[in-house]
Amino acid sequence: MAAKTLIINGKHVSAEENATILEAATEAGISIPTLCHLDGVYDAGACRLCLVEVAGISKLLPACTTKVAEGMDVSTDTERLRKYRRMTLELLFAERNHVCAVCVSNNHCELQTLAYSQGMEHVRFEYRFPKWEVDNTHALFGMDHNRCILCTRCVRVCWHIEGAGTKNESGRGAKERIITDLNQPWGASDTCTNCGKCVMACPTGALFYKGSTVSEMERDRSKLEFIVTAREKKQWIASE
Amino acid sequence: MPKRIIIDPVTRIEGHAKISIFLDDEGNVSDAEFHVVEFRGFEKFCEDRPYAEMPGITARICGICPVSHLLASAKAGDAIMAVNIPPAADKLRRLMNLGQIIQSHALSFFHLSAPDFLMGWNTPPAKRNVFGLIASNADLARAGIRLRQFGQEIIETLGGKKIHPSWAVPGGVRSPLTEAGREKLRAWLPEAYATSKIAFDLFKKTLDTHKKEVQIFGNFPSLFMGLVEPDGTWEHHGGKLRFVDSSGSTIADQLDPQKYYEYIGEAVQPSSYLKSPYYTPLGFPDGMYRVGPLARLNVAEQMGTPKADAELKKFKKLGLPGAVTSSFLYHHARLIEILASIERVEISLDDPDLLSNDLRADAGINSLRGVGVSEAPRGTLFHDYTVDRDGLLRKVNLIVATGQNNLAMNRTVAQIARHYVRGNDIPEPMLNRIEHGIRCYDPCLSCSTHAVGQMALVVRLIAPDGAIVRQISRI
Repeated sequence: MAAKTLIINGKHVSAEENATILEAATEAGISIPTLCHLDGVYDAGACRLCLVEVAGISKLLPACTTKVAEGMDVSTDTERLRKYRRMTLELLFAERNHVCAVCVSNNHCELQTLAYSQGMEHVRFEYRFPKWEVDNTHALFGMDHNRCILCTRCVRVCWHIEGAGTKNESGRGAKERIITDLNQPWGASDTCTNCGKCVMACPTGALFYKGSTVSEMERDRSKLEFIVTAREKKQWIASE
Repeated sequence: MPKRIIIDPVTRIEGHAKISIFLDDEGNVSDAEFHVVEFRGFEKFCEDRPYAEMPGITARICGICPVSHLLASAKAGDAIMAVNIPPAADKLRRLMNLGQIIQSHALSFFHLSAPDFLMGWNTPPAKRNVFGLIASNADLARAGIRLRQFGQEIIETLGGKKIHPSWAVPGGVRSPLTEAGREKLRAWLPEAYATSKIAFDLFKKTLDTHKKEVQIFGNFPSLFMGLVEPDGTWEHHGGKLRFVDSSGSTIADQLDPQKYYEYIGEAVQPSSYLKSPYYTPLGFPDGMYRVGPLARLNVAEQMGTPKADAELKKFKKLGLPGAVTSSFLYHHARLIEILASIERVEISLDDPDLLSNDLRADAGINSLRGVGVSEAPRGTLFHDYTVDRDGLLRKVNLIVATGQNNLAMNRTVAQIARHYVRGNDIPEPMLNRIEHGIRCYDPCLSCSTHAVGQMALVVRLIAPDGAIVRQISRI
C-alpha cells in the first residue's frame, strides 16, 4: 500500500494511503480530542470535537473522517480550534441535562474528562433543561436520554460488531434521540441480544447497568476492539 | 399600633431563615414565627430517576448531614428490593452514622452555639463566633474543631470523601473498612474522649450560670419521638419508634417506622416552606412533637454504653418528675450523644466483620414502595419512595428532622421574645437570644453552612400599613 507524507503541527508524518488524519496523528503520537470516535467501529463524524485546520481549505474538517493526502498541512491545536472545541462542549452540556455530581459515570465520563482537558470553565449558553425520559424497561441495562450526546457509538457497535441492529436514531435536530427497534421500550425489543456492547461503548452516563449508583459506571472498551481484531484479523489478543 | 419585628437572616444556623415578632398596641409580643425562606424542590425533581441513584442525589440536600440522607435513602432502596442487607454492611453503615453524629454535634456545639454561652450574650456580634472563640480560648476551639474532624475522618475512611460520599447503596455498601483505616480511627479515640470531657465540664458550669435560659429557651410540654431498641436502649439507625409525653410516660412504643404515615401527619402553613408534622392520634397542633438529641434521650431508657449511661442518669434528673422539656438542654443531650457515639465507635472497631467483603445484596424491584428511616443528628429522618415496575421514582416524600421541630421552634421563639421584648427598645443581645432559641435545635435548612455570624442582620419594626417604623442593622 502506498504511503502518503503530510505535515501535522509542523511535523512530517507518513501514513497509509487510506488512513484518516486522526489515524495518522495517533500513529505519530499527536493527540486530537475525540468523543464519538471509538476504536473498532467506523467513524460517524458526529461530535465535531476532532475538527482540524488544513492549509488551503477555509472550513474545518473532522479528523476522524477526512483521509490523508500527499503534502497535506494539518494543524490540530490552534487558538481557533480550541475556541470551537470549548464551544462545542458547552453546547453539548447545554443541550440536555448533564449533572455530573450525581451521575453514574461521574469521574469515568469522556464528556466530563474532555471538558476538563479543553479548559471548559463554564457554559455560556442557556441550559435548555429538556424533559427526557429514562428507559429502565430492559432487565439488565438502562438508558437515560438526559445524558445522551447522540454520538451514535451505541448504534454503531450494535450494527457493526454485534450485528443485531437494535439501536437506531430517530428525529432530527433537538428532537433526535436513540431508539430501540422501531421506537419500542428497550425491554420489549425482539432484536436485542442483551450483549451489553452499547453500554460498554457509551462515553457518558446515558447507558448504564441497572442498579448503578453515583460514579459507579466504569466501562471496559478494550473488549470491543478485541472482538473486532479477532474477527477481522483472526488475532485473539486480549489487552492487559 | 400593632407592629412586627423581623430578624432576617437568622445567623449561625445551617440555611436561610427569618423570624417575625408581632407586637400588640402596648408593645408586648403577641406572637412570633420562624420562617424557612428557601425552597429546594428535591421531592419533585427526583421523580423519574432510577431509585439506585437516590442516595447520591439526596445526599446533596445537605453538606452537613449528607450521610443521614445517604443512609435513609439506601434503606429505602433496601425496602424496594425487599432484602436483608449483609450484617457487615449494616455495621458499616452504623459506624458511618456515628461519625456523622459526632461531626455534626461538634459543629453545633463548638462552632455555632458555644460562642453564645461561653462568651456571653453581650459580646459584640463581630467577636461572638468561632473566630472569637479561637481568639479567647484557642485550646478549646481547636479541640472542638478536631472532634469534628474525627467524625469527618470516620466518614472519609469509609466513604472515600468527607462530604457527599456515595458509598451506601440500595442493598448495602460499596466497600469495607481497611485495617489501616481501622488503626487510623482507633488512634483518634483518646483525644475524642478528652474533648468530650472538656465539653461536659464546660457545659456543667454553663448550667449553673444559665438557669434563666434553661427556664425560658423553649421550655414547654410536648411529645418526643425517637428510635429505640426493643428494650428501650438509645438507637440511631435501626429499631422502632417510641413517643413519650412531657411527663415522661411512653404513649406509643415499638411503632414500625416504615409505616410512619399511619401515625404522623404533615400540616402546611402559608408562612413557611417547612411542613409541620404532628402525631395524628392527638391532631394538629396538639400532636406537636420534638425530635433530635433531646427527644432521643427522653425516649431512651439507657444509652447502652457505660460512660454515656452515667451521663444520661444525671441528665434525666434535670427533668424530674417528667421528661426534660427545655430546648436549651438540646446542647446537653448533644454532648451525651457524642460520648455514646465515641464509645460505640470504639466497640465497633474491634468487630472483625467490618473488614468483610460480603457487603451488597442483589435483587430487582420487589416492592413498589420503600421507606427508609434513620436518626440524623437533628432527629428522625424518613425517606419514602414509590417506584414503578422498572424502578423509576413516581413519588418521593422526605420528612426531615428540622420540619418535625418546626412547631417547637415557633413556640421557642415566641417564648423567648415574650420574655425579652418590650416595645421599640430592642437591644442586640436580646435579638441574639431569640436567634439562639433556633440554634438550640441546630436546624439544618439546606446544604449551605453559614457557620460564621458575620451576615448582615436587619430587624425591622413594621406598622400595619407596611411602613417601616424603625430599622436596626447589625453589619
